[in-house]
Amino acid sequence: MRFSGWRVLKEGLTGNKGWQAHWRDATPKSEYDVVIIGGGGHGLATAYYLAKKHGITNVAVLEKGYLGGGNVGRNTTIVRANYFLPGNSEFYSHSLKLWEGLEEDLNYNVMHSQRGQIVLFHSDGQRDAMARRGNAMINQGDDAELLDRRALRRMVPYLDYDNARFPIHGGVLQRRAGTARHDAVAWGYARGASERGVDLIQNCEVTGIDIEGGVVKGVQTTRGAIRARKVAMVAAGRSSQVAAMAGMRLPIESHVLQAFVTEGLKPVIDHVISFGMGHFYISQSDKGGLVFGGDLDMYASYAARGSLPLVEHVMEAGMALMPMIGKARVLRSWGGIMDMSPDGSPVIDRTHVDGLYLNCGWCYGGFKAVPASGDVTAHLIATGTPHAAGARFRLDRFRTGRGLMDEEGTGSQHNLH
Amino acid sequence: MRLPCPICGERDRREFTYSGAAVALERPGAEAGSEAWDDYLHNRDNPAGVTRDLWYHEQGCAAWIVMTRNTATHEVLGAALASEARRAGSTS
Ligand SMILES: Cc1cc2nc3c(=O)[nH]c(=O)nc-3n(C[C@H](O)[C@H](O)[C@H](O)COP(=O)(O)OP(=O)(O)OC[C@H]3O[C@@H](n4cnc5c(N)ncnc54)[C@H](O)[C@@H]3O)c2cc1C
Ligand SMILES: [Zn+2]
Repeated sequence: MRFSGWRVLKEGLTGNKGWQAHWRDATPKSEYDVVIIGGGGHGLATAYYLAKKHGITNVAVLEKGYLGGGNVGRNTTIVRANYFLPGNSEFYSHSLKLWEGLEEDLNYNVMHSQRGQIVLFHSDGQRDAMARRGNAMINQGDDAELLDRRALRRMVPYLDYDNARFPIHGGVLQRRAGTARHDAVAWGYARGASERGVDLIQNCEVTGIDIEGGVVKGVQTTRGAIRARKVAMVAAGRSSQVAAMAGMRLPIESHVLQAFVTEGLKPVIDHVISFGMGHFYISQSDKGGLVFGGDLDMYASYAARGSLPLVEHVMEAGMALMPMIGKARVLRSWGGIMDMSPDGSPVIDRTHVDGLYLNCGWCYGGFKAVPASGDVTAHLIATGTPHAAGARFRLDRFRTGRGLMDEEGTGSQHNLH
Repeated sequence: MRLPCPICGERDRREFTYSGAAVALERPGAEAGSEAWDDYLHNRDNPAGVTRDLWYHEQGCAAWIVMTRNTATHEVLGAALASEARRAGSTS
């Protein structure tokens, strides 16, 4: 089934009776070439690129709940390429390029909207740091514009520019940054993978990883044992539990991150606005809801709900930045479990077990990474060698201290990112 | 969430600063090697369940506390001063 404007029109006129399920809900076979643990954005994208770019279609994605029920359906959907350090820089640049062709590639409307992201600064020192970051973004081949206070004010007049604590001096604008519909990204990749023969298996929790003589042989699941020549662990917030099944202890601590959405409003916020000093960021969904969030709750947690002090903090920061949103009513808030790494950057690597691969450490920024992560992970699984765009995401960088990617410059240590 | 400080009693979570797994109290020797230091600095059990982590009662008595906590339910099961927990050798 292909989507097109013509098809939408036809279905609209014939009672929408011709739509079919977008992907097959498969039952597990006894053996696959590749088993992917985790049916989030990264797992589904990995399956898609394995099938599409490498012709490997005897693949299963095992998901303990329902597809897209994890963080891929819980995030605030910001897509950008404004990283600074080698490793992250080329990777997110690659990802943004894949985003730009994604809808055509998948034949699926993921509502990718390049509405621009503005990161605010509040002092001369911050301005210098932002100019430097902007230059790095331009050097990596992406776009960045430094806006002074006047230019910014013309573009977003509704901010509180004279805030006593954090007066706004300007911002860095990346016009190609923006948002996308998170569920649609999961569904689009699921459909693309399923169409090419990948089995998407829900309600199938992996409970063990079979290893013989240092070689992976398959997995144990709540729906029986499945043999596999290669296995990829792509479980985001649950990475530590899955890797423990292979005897690994990961440099990961799981934390909860919350987000909020208001009732639908007429268009008021055209961009993604990031207010780093207040740990606050906001955009407006196509449905009209203001979607916003803040920082981690800042203690290890697997409860997919947050605590109230953070709620208060986020609301205060929002009010300090843009008092106009004060009367909007919050509809919902929720939390997701983030796999926080010590340097705030991810891992895509082989492991000490032959045929076993690891994809984790996405922290709170893994949605924008989905296309490139799938591409890079598929490449590693299929060819056995790292993809150039993800070659620096090595697990051993923590032990050796070489190639750490600590964007914030706070040190490679848990609880600082 | 309210946390029990052994000195001040039960207090609002906002009075405390979180500092990660209590393994931080078990600093290896300078010559212990890169594996031991990697385990100390980076690698974590990260359980979805009962864990022991370090909290600093910053806006209270300034004690370092080892909390025994359930990360899945946020239930707090116990608290001990880090200095005592360390002496008892039960920090991990
Ligand atoms: C509130 C919030 C806001 C965010 N905002 C942004 C943002 O604006 N921009 C951005 O780039 N990123 C953002 N993120 C981060 C992003 O959502 C995550 O980094 C990313 O989704 C993680 O990868 P994933 O999609 O594969 O994870 P998930 O969707 O969580 O997929 C992992 C899957 O593995 C499954 N699983 C776990 N254990 C097992 C097992 N044993 N067996 C089988 N399956 C298993 C889980 O059920 C889950 O479905 C945000 C996250 C949150 C929570
Ligand atoms: Zn105290």
